[in-house]
Amino acid sequence: MQSSGPLSLSRRDALRLIFTASALAASLDITAFGVEGGLGADPDLLKKEIPWPRTFSAAEKKAAAALADLLIPADEHGPAASAVGVVDFLDEWISAPYDTQERDAKVIRAGLAWLDAESTKRFAKPFADAAVAEQTALVDDVLKEGTEARKKAYSFWRLFRDRAAGGYYSTPEGWRALGYTGNAPLSEFPGATPEALKHVGLA
Amino acid sequence: MAHLKTSKSRAAKYDVVVVGSGAAGGMAAYALAKAGVKVLMLEAGRHYDPQRETPMFQSFADAPLRGSAYPQKPNGYFDATIGGWVVEGEPYMVKKGAAWAEGAVENRMKTEQNFMWWRARMLGGRTNHWGRVSLRMGPLDFKPRSTDGLGFDWPVSYEEVAPYYERTEQIVGIFGTKEGIENNPDSDFFLPAPKPRAYELLLQRGGKKLGIPIIPARMAILTKPMPGRAPCFYATPCGRGCSIGAAFQSTTSLIPYALETGNLDVLPDAMARTVTLDAQGRANGVTFIDRTTGKEEHVAARAVVLGASALETARILLNSKSAKHPQGLGNSSGHLGRWMTDSTGTNLGGRIPALENMPLHNEDGVSTMHLYAPMTVERQKAAAKEGSPRGYYVAWSGGRTMPSLGTVPAALAVAGNVYGKKLKDEARRYYGSFVDLHARGEMIPNEKSFCELDPEKKDRWGTPVLRFHFEWSDAELAQITHAQKTFAQLIESAGGIVDKAPAKDPRTAMTAGGSVNHEMGVTRMSSRIEDGVTNAASQLWDCPNVVVADGGVFCSNPFKNPTLTIMALAWRACDKLIAGMKDGTISAPT
Repeated sequence: MQSSGPLSLSRRDALRLIFTASALAASLDITAFGVEGGLGADPDLLKKEIPWPRTFSAAEKKAAAALADLLIPADEHGPAASAVGVVDFLDEWISAPYDTQERDAKVIRAGLAWLDAESTKRFAKPFADAAVAEQTALVDDVLKEGTEARKKAYSFWRLFRDRAAGGYYSTPEGWRALGYTGNAPLSEFPGATPEALKHVGLA
Repeated sequence: MAHLKTSKSRAAKYDVVVVGSGAAGGMAAYALAKAGVKVLMLEAGRHYDPQRETPMFQSFADAPLRGSAYPQKPNGYFDATIGGWVVEGEPYMVKKGAAWAEGAVENRMKTEQNFMWWRARMLGGRTNHWGRVSLRMGPLDFKPRSTDGLGFDWPVSYEEVAPYYERTEQIVGIFGTKEGIENNPDSDFFLPAPKPRAYELLLQRGGKKLGIPIIPARMAILTKPMPGRAPCFYATPCGRGCSIGAAFQSTTSLIPYALETGNLDVLPDAMARTVTLDAQGRANGVTFIDRTTGKEEHVAARAVVLGASALETARILLNSKSAKHPQGLGNSSGHLGRWMTDSTGTNLGGRIPALENMPLHNEDGVSTMHLYAPMTVERQKAAAKEGSPRGYYVAWSGGRTMPSLGTVPAALAVAGNVYGKKLKDEARRYYGSFVDLHARGEMIPNEKSFCELDPEKKDRWGTPVLRFHFEWSDAELAQITHAQKTFAQLIESAGGIVDKAPAKDPRTAMTAGGSVNHEMGVTRMSSRIEDGVTNAASQLWDCPNVVVADGGVFCSNPFKNPTLTIMALAWRACDKLIAGMKDGTISAPT
């Protein structure tokens, strides 16, 4: 298929992430095994107990919340990222004692530090305290081909966006915002609705 | 619902010791206990109760790391497996490049390991999380060598096994439809199949243009109630296990049914080690490690049924060495451990623009595919001309599945560098428009794929472990190439765009050996003593009061996921064991 050069690899990787937990497993490049302070082989699946401490600093938490909410603001379909615990999820994620998360942590920590430093340089305040217009200008600069900001922070931006969006859209609030209406018991499975069939040209 | 009340107390002696509690062990215990035989079931893992332990409606936010995989839970936090590619203290050896290495947690599409072995250390074994695909093997699948000169014929025919398919299907509960497709036998006991999803209808229409029939899937998921089990309520992923018993697993059906007879004792945390013999060479029991104490114990029995999984059963037999059986029990022919196969696996993703901005509706269904594309004999013959003599089926996932950590990033990869309100709109637009097609295909047994005891490596209790030799042959490689082309044709004929071109080098798009979890053949049955490990009744040629109930007896490994056939053959083997002990053709130990 057509895809825009630099994105094609990550797109393929991302596509591998969809659908199932096993597909997710395949993409996460797992190597370490018996990790100290990890979740173990036989956790209680009805409980969510995170054995490792969260390690975001106050400044990192603030910057992460501001960026997550700029990427995923409130709209008519659902709340902003920080309102559904995305910052706490990111903190849990980057603090986890596994290789995948430790790699992400390096990128995200360095990226958030760069964001605050760049914001301070440009606007004389950390990213979270900048006006939305200023935050937007900075992010747009990161996305613009050929800029210094892109060189420094684009891979961070992609990773942060994917983790924040993943964290957001895997919650019940995120499901509603996305239009997922399942996880509800039905006595019969109705199949594709008449509207759906019409939409795809089968009715 | 029947309860899983088990006790650690056990009698001094049983009629039969059954090793394993999954499809094979569960069915053996059920068939024997129902017939009035006193049975002890040994399970290497812990007790597991799906009614108490299954996370049914939890969202990913209810799990650490949003339910993501980590090394000890390679299929994600909620997967109903205690175990996986690595079980601590129980290594196995694989070839990594030219060297031997311990099997590790790897990406099965990318690993340099020649083999991966999934083990579940829990009551019910792998039935707690399996895919529930339930396909009868066809008449040709029992006679592959007679059909095209490749592989090996079974010493039993489809007609001999068919009555046991019928019985098994009535206990398991399988949905499907009668289609009359040659070598893909129907059942008289199919439950109603759920309606297809929109994307599946598009694939079906595309398949029609290509001459590829796409029919309702055949899954061990209840769409009508059965004794002690509720029908599917079309929510929550089956891989987490099923607390209501709709998705079949031995822990909500066979084991509680067998316990109700009063003839079954279940001993968890009991890792079978060897089969023991009396002075006349008849099996008289099993040694096992009590995992809670680390001590070896012995239980006496008049017969032994091994259903530990094909490879673990082979390991037990290889470790059951004696003066009379220096190469392991059942190995006088030299076939023990040989002819090891797995299913092939490959996949290709794409997206179907017609599915974008779909009117909202619930597509959960039974959480697996509702339709699939079996291979017809005609298409298989055509594929043989391209070097792929054996078939595969095509199945899929896609549409509006429960969004996990990776779902929206995949949509955003298509949308580009969007953020803010635009991100939320694009996520809604693309969500549900993706499909992922996969194939499961037949591997022909070959000389280079086998297991044996490692000369040095031991598990934590000092028992020798397996090491694996494994190679795909040109037939499987050509099959993957064929499947990849078919995926692209199907996606495109459904109006979709493939994620990438079909793989030119099949090795880049193929699962590692063993990693589809369909390991078969290492104790294969044969019509002549010199050709196999068991006879046509699944009894060891060398010791007929030892029965192999699992996939080890398979002579071929066709594209009909093995679990249904394992259960049918296990039931048949137990009936033959009972008959043989009654009429004296199988003698019991003193």
